[in-house]
Order: sequence, then structure tokens, then C-alpha cells
Amino acid sequence: MADKIATREAYGNALAEFGSLYPDVVVLDADLAAATKTCIFKNKFPDRFFDCGIAENNMVGVAAGLATTGKIPFVSTFAMFAAGRSFEQVRNSVGYPHLNVKIAATHAGITVGEDGATHQCNEDLALMRTIPGMTVINPSDAIEARAAVEAAIKYEGPVYMRFGRYPVSIINDTPDYKFEIGKAIKMADGSDVTIVATGMMVEQALIARELLMADGISAAVVNMHTIKPIDKDMLIAQAQQTGAIVTSEEHNIIGGLGAAVAETLSEICPVPVVRHGVEDVFGKSAPAKELIEYYSLNAQGIVEKCKKAVSLKNYGFAAN
Amino acid sequence: MDSDKILELKKKAADIRMGIIDEVYNAKSGHPGGALSSADIMACLYFSELRIDPRTPKNPDRDRFVLSKGHSCPALYAALALKGYFDIEELKKFRHLGSFMQGHPDMKTANGVDMSSGSLGQGISAACGMALSAKIDKKDYRTYALLGDGESEEGQVWEATMFAAHYKLDNLCLIIDNNGLQIDGRVKDVMNVMPYPSKFKAFGWHVISIDGHNIEEILAAFDEAKTVKGKPTVIIAKTIKGKGVSFMEDRAEWHGKAPNDEQYKIAMSELKEYRRSLDKE
Repeated sequence: MADKIATREAYGNALAEFGSLYPDVVVLDADLAAATKTCIFKNKFPDRFFDCGIAENNMVGVAAGLATTGKIPFVSTFAMFAAGRSFEQVRNSVGYPHLNVKIAATHAGITVGEDGATHQCNEDLALMRTIPGMTVINPSDAIEARAAVEAAIKYEGPVYMRFGRYPVSIINDTPDYKFEIGKAIKMADGSDVTIVATGMMVEQALIARELLMADGISAAVVNMHTIKPIDKDMLIAQAQQTGAIVTSEEHNIIGGLGAAVAETLSEICPVPVVRHGVEDVFGKSAPAKELIEYYSLNAQGIVEKCKKAVSLKNYGFAAN
Repeated sequence: MDSDKILELKKKAADIRMGIIDEVYNAKSGHPGGALSSADIMACLYFSELRIDPRTPKNPDRDRFVLSKGHSCPALYAALALKGYFDIEELKKFRHLGSFMQGHPDMKTANGVDMSSGSLGQGISAACGMALSAKIDKKDYRTYALLGDGESEEGQVWEATMFAAHYKLDNLCLIIDNNGLQIDGRVKDVMNVMPYPSKFKAFGWHVISIDGHNIEEILAAFDEAKTVKGKPTVIIAKTIKGKGVSFMEDRAEWHGKAPNDEQYKIAMSELKEYRRSLDKE
């Protein structure tokens, strides 16, 4: 496996790469260019980079105005401020007029680490998903982050992209890898349960699959890189094939991927859906590696949920 | 200044005011007060200042206008209809199901609307984006935004004010409809955001203070704004909320209320009488 790289780093590199191809791309940041990695674009295209200072709400509005004139603005800051603080600006100035603004939020989830709960956004997928017409993407590695940036540029309409600070393994370096908005990727087959994971949890889902084999449980793994529009066809097929679903996300179990999957399946193909993620609590200060263990945002955490899902499927109940 | 032109703009402002009352009366809801206070400014924008053509509403080189105080859209819709963007009869469908005339402007459906607005404090930021885009592309179109008094209490307004000066957006002209009232009462009593001139000067803007019902002063302010280089301009237009309808003037209660049948008749007769007096000039 290649060296680990944070998706924010891949985002910054992709912006700089595609900036040459797409002259309408402009980038806005709120005093975090060094952290969001938009500084890579800034160094290459200083005339198309605009620091908005620590004023995120105005930044989103400026992006909306730029989009009305045909620009393709990328707006970057931490997920907490892009999706949280500026929720209403994103909803009313970008979502309602369906403007071609790309919100590229970094430092999502608890792997922000030492900065602690005020900066660990576990709510952004939930918030962005409720805006009509908003596309929500959560890449699983650097390859997917790059692909998502290009897809977002080519797509006409508002997109929210979620990038992490924590370096993650490359898992999509396969010759047939293809990123398409709204099309989930089957990473591995299985017959007893399907792990539908997003972002950095996809890698953990693959490890969990190996661990489950030892227990005689065969788990399929799906990379749900697009939270909205969610890939219904994939979900239905997997629900029918394995009869149980575990969702896994570095996000509150309320409102994000788990909710999207449960909402979808309960109306079309009801099977047990067990959600793995941050269990409706705020984060804490600590190195990201320790937080991952503390909140069980790892393969072992997924394994436990898979056992629960299989039990629900087979016996109709499960010990908590 | 050309007296014929001024008379013509006065007539347009009167027509806009009648349109506002018609819209709000037929919708049985809406915001007449702040729409009436901005009618003279809107007449000057749409019939003198803005470089626009209803035959090419999406022309990339057109001037832009953002109604940041989106609730005043009855004035915007009336101006657009009179300018030829859509049939004047459409005004009666304001706020009706299926109409493109939403309670606050919707750029996706309303021809001639450059930005969806209504959530206060957001339009000014979008206007900054439009002005910035012109700078990036070295285009000569100008961007105008109309801001409300109470709206200026929003923090985002001052974020945008900071931004416009920082990026030297001299192609941006902001107008404040300074009618001194907001929903809960007088701005100075609810949350005193004034005085504006010293605040905008401190933020690095060029400031012009005018009587917002004086056509000559409005036109002169727009002309002056175009000569200013290196900084954005704000025109602080002192206005009277409800201007033109005697019982609505300077009354906070007419911020967001429709006239009943009797009030509608009185309002329209006052406005028509004034309009006829202009024909005799």
C-alpha cells in the first residue's frame, strides 16, 4: 500500500492541477489556505485566489455572486464553518438558486484531533443533505478526492465535498477505478451483511471484512462516496443479496450516511440497518489516532456492528 | 439637469408605487412600506442608470442589480414589468401559487432578477461576487445593491463591507434605503446601527448622502459613484417608509401588511391623483 495522504492534501493538489484546465475555477478561503491546502492553488494562480478573511458567511455569498457570472468558485474552510456556521448562506444564497458553487470543506469529523470538539464537525453531512438539489460527496482516499474535484467541476450545480485532515491509505489505485457522482463502488463481495462505508471508514470496512471472515461472517463492502444523491440501486441490490446492512461514517450516526441508507431502505426494501459512527456525542482533544480508538471509529467497531446486524437478520433481535 | 428626464422618472416612480399597491393588495400580503420608500431609487436605476436590455436579460456584460432587502420585491417586480421584462398584468399574481413572483425574489423563475434574495444581509455579498468577477475578467459592467436599514444590523453586511473595500471594488455601488424603520419600530430604538457615514468611511468606502426621494440627487449620486476609483461607493438615501400613501408614511406597521379594500381605494386614488398631476407638468 502506498504512503498515507490526507484527502485535504489531494484536494489542494487537484485544484492546482485542474486550475490549468478550467480557467473559470476561482478559489475562496477564509484565512485557512495553509490548512485547507488551497494554498497550493494560490501559489500557482494568485490572481484567481481570494482570501475572504475570517468571514465565512460573506465568503459563501461572494461565491454565489461569482457563480451567477459563470465562474466556478470553490469555497474552502473547515467543515464546521462551511456547513455549520454558514448553513443558511449555503441554503439560501447557493442552494435555493442552485448556483454552481463548490463547497470544499476540510477538517471534517473527529480526526481533526487536538483542536477538540469546537472544530470537529460530525454534523456536516446531515446539514448539507437536507438542502434540496445539493450534491454531497465524501471521498475515501486521495485518488477519490482528486476524482471528486474534477467531477464537481464538470457538474453544473452546487456540490458539498468533505475532506479530512488525517492521512489515510490509498485504496482506489485499481486500473478500473471510475468515479461517478451518485454511483457507489462495490469494493468486495459478501453474502451475510453489507458494510456501506464512506470517507476514511471505507478502508476500515475492508479491514473489518477480513476480521469477520475469521468469525465465519461474509461481508460485502460498498464505498458510498456520494451521500446525496444516494445510490438506491446499489443499496437495494445489497439489501436483497445480504439481508443486512451496516453503515459506517466518521460523522454523527444521526442525519448522515446511516440516516440516508436507513431512510432509503425502510421505504423500498426494509432490512436491518445498523449505524456505525460517532454516537451522538461531541468530540474531545487528543491525537486523531487515539480518538479513532476512543470512539471505535475503526475496523473493530464495524465488526461489532456487523455481528449485531447479522443477529438482527437471523433472530429478529440483538444484544445491544 | 434635463427636466424632461426628471419628470419622466417621477412618472416611473409613481407607476412603480401603483404597481406595489396592486401587488400587495392582490396578494393580501407582502411588504409595501419598504417598497414604497425605494420607488424613486428603483425608477432611477431601471430607467436611467442600469445598462440593461429586457431583450437580452442574460447578457454577460449587463449591469447587475441585487435587491439585498428582498422583501421590497414589489418595487422590483413593478420596475421590471414597466421596463418590459414581463407583462404588467402579471403583477396581480404576486405571491400566488405558480407565479414566478415569489414573496422574495427568485432568480431561477423571475426574468430580470439577477440574484435570489430575501434572507437579510446576503444580497450584498453576492453583489460583491458579481463586482469581483468583473474585476477578474476586466469587464466594465457595474453592480448595484439596495440594502435596508434594519438589514444593516446583520453582521454579514459588515463582512461584505470589509471585503468590498479590501478588493477595491469601485465598480460596486451600494444604496441604503434609510427609512429609519424596521418591524419592531424605529431603527434607533430597536438596534441603532446608525450613523452610517462614519462607519462606511472607517471601512474605506466613498460615502454620498442624499434625499432618496429627490430624482436629481439620486442621479447625481450615481454619476459621482462612477468617478470614484479604488474604493466602493455607498449612497445613503434618506427616505420615508410608505412614501406616497399618506396613511402608510413613516409607520412601522406598514412594513409587512396589505391594505384592505377601503385602504386600497384610498391608496390608489392618492397615487393616481399624484400621477395625473405629473401629466400636467
